[in-house]
Amino acid sequence: MARLNVNPTRMQLSILRTRLRTAKRGHKLLKDKQDELMRQFIDRIRANKSLRLGVEAELMEAFSDFRLVSAMMSPQMIEEALAMPGTSLGVEIEVENVMSVLIPKMQFVRTEGNLYPYGYGSTSAQLDEAIRKLEKVSERLLELAQMEKATQLMAYEIERTRRRVNALEYRTIPDLEETIRYIRMKLDENERATITRLMKVKDIIAKEEVS
Amino acid sequence: MRKVAVIGDAQSVLAFKALGLAVYTPENPNRTRNQLDACAEEGVGIIFITEELAAQVPETIERYDYQLTPAIILIPSANGSLGHGLAKIDKNVERAIGSNIL
Repeated sequence: MARLNVNPTRMQLSILRTRLRTAKRGHKLLKDKQDELMRQFIDRIRANKSLRLGVEAELMEAFSDFRLVSAMMSPQMIEEALAMPGTSLGVEIEVENVMSVLIPKMQFVRTEGNLYPYGYGSTSAQLDEAIRKLEKVSERLLELAQMEKATQLMAYEIERTRRRVNALEYRTIPDLEETIRYIRMKLDENERATITRLMKVKDIIAKEEVS
Repeated sequence: MRKVAVIGDAQSVLAFKALGLAVYTPENPNRTRNQLDACAEEGVGIIFITEELAAQVPETIERYDYQLTPAIILIPSANGSLGHGLAKIDKNVERAIGSNIL
């Protein structure tokens, strides 16, 4: 541990004492924050993982339907069929504060309309099927997006908090404690030196008075 | 209201167009990168990108990891899941907790 480079004076001692108090309080608060974040993170990450597995499976199903479509229709025809979508989909994002981590809260904004924006004559039925499946999975896809972003931001914040906790615990606080001890020793030493000096002086004076 | 974008190969993601999402099908990593940046600049809320394309531009995606928006979410492509999305979850767990507990 390194001792801080300060003058061993009473003034410094009281400054360092205040700093130590602040550091200890900060450490406790950050530690609490870390624990709570960790708890919430673990809840979320489990849900996130199972949600992702589910969504991936559903998406694959929709994609495999769409693959059949690609086999039956030429790319130009598909492009043309989907060129003018009948609905639009946006997302409204609100910000939520979880233990000072800002995470997004998402909500789909749909405009109602025809989900199948093409003539049924020139397209294959598989396309309808693929789109229907995608539509079904879209709500869960949004949920996944929201959850994954949240866990990502939380993971980052937890890492940062842990570093700060560790820095306080293993660096700042021991350093301060050691420096305070050092100053106290030094001051005590000075005091003893003064007393011995005074005693010596007193002896000298007493001797001179006798002679 | 923010837009939702999908980036991937045409085979996989074209069908998303019918739902009213913005679909982009860049042909090479450079275009993918530009498209991601353009979307972010535009204020797109969520970008779904196939794992294959995402694997080609990891730095670009990482750049947006710690911003509130856009949320870049990996999805499997029509060729199947590469497991990158799940790997990302595991990475987050490791980062937050120090070891993989799942």
